[in-house]
Amino acid sequence: MVMAKLTIEDLKRIKEEVRSTTALREGGFRARINIHMGTCGIAAGARKLMSAVLKEIEERKINDVIVTTSGCAGLCSREPMATVEILGKPPVKYCDLNEDKMREIFTQHILKGEMVEAYALARGSETTY
Amino acid sequence: MKTYRTHLMVCAGTGCVSCGSLNLKDHLESELKARGLSDEVRVVITGCNGFCAEGPIMVVYPEGIFYKKLTPDDIPFLVEEHFLKGRPVEKFLYSEPTIKEKVPLLKDIPFFQYQVLRALRNRGLIDAENIDEYIARDGYAALSKVLFSMTPEEVTQEIKISGLRGRGGAGFPTGLKWEEGRRYNSFPKYVICNGDEGDPGAFMDRSVLEADPHSVLEGMIICGYALDAHQGHIYVRAEYPLAIHRLNIAIEQARNYGLLGKDILGSGFDFDISIYPGAGAFVCGESTALMYSLEGKRGMPRIKPPRSTEAGLWGQPTVLNNVETLANVPPILLKGGEWFASLGTVGSKGTKVFALTGTVNNVGLIEVPMGTTLQTIVYDIGGGIPEKREFKAVQIGGPSGACLPASLLNIEVDFDSLDEAGAMMGSGGLVVMNDSTCMVDTARFFTDFSVDESCGKCVPCRVGMKVMLNILNRIVEGKGEMEDIERLERLGHHIKESSHCGLGKTAPNPVLSTIRYFRNEYEAHIQGKRCPALVCVDLIQFHVDQEKCKMCGLCKKACPMEAITWEKKTPANITIEKCIRCRSCIQACKFRAIE
Repeated sequence: MVMAKLTIEDLKRIKEEVRSTTALREGGFRARINIHMGTCGIAAGARKLMSAVLKEIEERKINDVIVTTSGCAGLCSREPMATVEILGKPPVKYCDLNEDKMREIFTQHILKGEMVEAYALARGSETTY
Repeated sequence: MKTYRTHLMVCAGTGCVSCGSLNLKDHLESELKARGLSDEVRVVITGCNGFCAEGPIMVVYPEGIFYKKLTPDDIPFLVEEHFLKGRPVEKFLYSEPTIKEKVPLLKDIPFFQYQVLRALRNRGLIDAENIDEYIARDGYAALSKVLFSMTPEEVTQEIKISGLRGRGGAGFPTGLKWEEGRRYNSFPKYVICNGDEGDPGAFMDRSVLEADPHSVLEGMIICGYALDAHQGHIYVRAEYPLAIHRLNIAIEQARNYGLLGKDILGSGFDFDISIYPGAGAFVCGESTALMYSLEGKRGMPRIKPPRSTEAGLWGQPTVLNNVETLANVPPILLKGGEWFASLGTVGSKGTKVFALTGTVNNVGLIEVPMGTTLQTIVYDIGGGIPEKREFKAVQIGGPSGACLPASLLNIEVDFDSLDEAGAMMGSGGLVVMNDSTCMVDTARFFTDFSVDESCGKCVPCRVGMKVMLNILNRIVEGKGEMEDIERLERLGHHIKESSHCGLGKTAPNPVLSTIRYFRNEYEAHIQGKRCPALVCVDLIQFHVDQEKCKMCGLCKKACPMEAITWEKKTPANITIEKCIRCRSCIQACKFRAIE
């Protein structure tokens, strides 16, 4: 494989592009989205939420938001659910989600910092590491 | 770039590879695929994580969860629980022996807490075979800064300000060496990376080369710019196949990106690097011997001056730096010499990488600020001594280093304090020994190593070390005389003063330091005709202390010669005629009843 020789600008571009990959390993996040992936959550379509969130992050080139999973939150009838946490603020649980709602939450809550009251269930979260 | 929510960093340093980490990676990938997680969870192969005792190791990001000793059978459960349902699996977490509690996060594990990573700044965080990940972590940023905004003199000045000293053992100021190399106007000039790591129990350089090869390449290119040299050679042991493999990949990638070769980054500066696998002679770690070996000649040190900076490889000005030294260079240029000098002691700045081995709980690779005490290294990072044994000594600096006793555990490790204690930094091997180690036998072992590895060019090292070995052999066989201690000391000092190269000048250190700190053991061997640690077989009686014997019968099971008679509720006895002095019974006895 022979590539064109890099210039300083190319070097900076590669750094910016790959930065989101390595940033994930370095800590220092602004926000976290936790998707509930119990059997109930998966059955209700949690995997679609996951894909939607990852796609948003990828397209918007965001590198300070992490996505985690957790098991059943105990409220199987309201799945799929997700918990959104802006660092330093109490986490917010959302329920009865679908891809469109998830995208809306992403824009409103994650990017603008405004909770989407309409889909919210409660503040607070179970513990994961 | 495709976004993954989770990165699984599987350690593929030589330690973890040998306990199956590559096989683990295959199982992980196929299980993730079966679960439909391949697009969300990414498996990354990294260099040595450092905590080799717990391998194979996997760290899960973004959480930073540390999994240890994983097997392929664990993978299906782990993938379902953690990567699908988000529940970390407790049984694979690290358990801290002192508090007997699980510690899920890497950053909370004491082994990592006391470490400061500079030379190993990318360890476990990047894929060693992916140049883009190195670039994302400020890789080659120092090089572009140097090429476009600094003169060679400014580069050298920055290294001088940093106070960086050679990490290969001697601790020569790196900035001074570069300045010397710049001064001589004879071309071509050469940059050499010394990766001929030969100390028993040392694997610092190997780990740097395996985990972050680009950091060494970048350091070499910067050095070349400072000297006006255009060719670099990496001399690395042929016994390090993985390091060589990753170096080859790194060089190829750097060439493709135009970071090696002609007109680097469009700056007009040319530099290229080749690899030379060394055949594994200890003496070839000595700089002049290494250069002869590179030239295809027999590896033997020569008299200095002229120094290599004046007349080195092919008689041309050459700067030779150790792997770890070069890995320290890029951040110094990026963040400034004063940043580097902010850590460490008066005479030794920055950090040092050590390979911690021997009878210590947490065997592995560590990087600590200069001036960290041996106590912290052995107990806080190393987790202390296993099997309820006592600490006896730590051997520092390889076969030409010294054995330091418990009374010196509070010594702050840097070039100068070790020198005062009769030891040396060496390249960074730290071998911990417990109370079942005989110090006379240890000195004999290292002397034997030096005799084997002596190149034979000068008499003090070739003959003197052999004479020392003969005396030591006599002592461990119970034929020693009290005058032998003085003979060893006198001869040791002669060898130190009159040997030709650094290896001979330091080869008597193990003997001299054990006489200095463990003289009573020499006296016990000579006067008492006994070996207090029960190692030297000629001085053991192989007798069961009837009062200490708990009548468990383990010694009888261990004996290959059926020389031990034992029945339930009666103490054991050894029939000395059948005994072959193999020490199996001594090792089996938990009550130290055999003398």
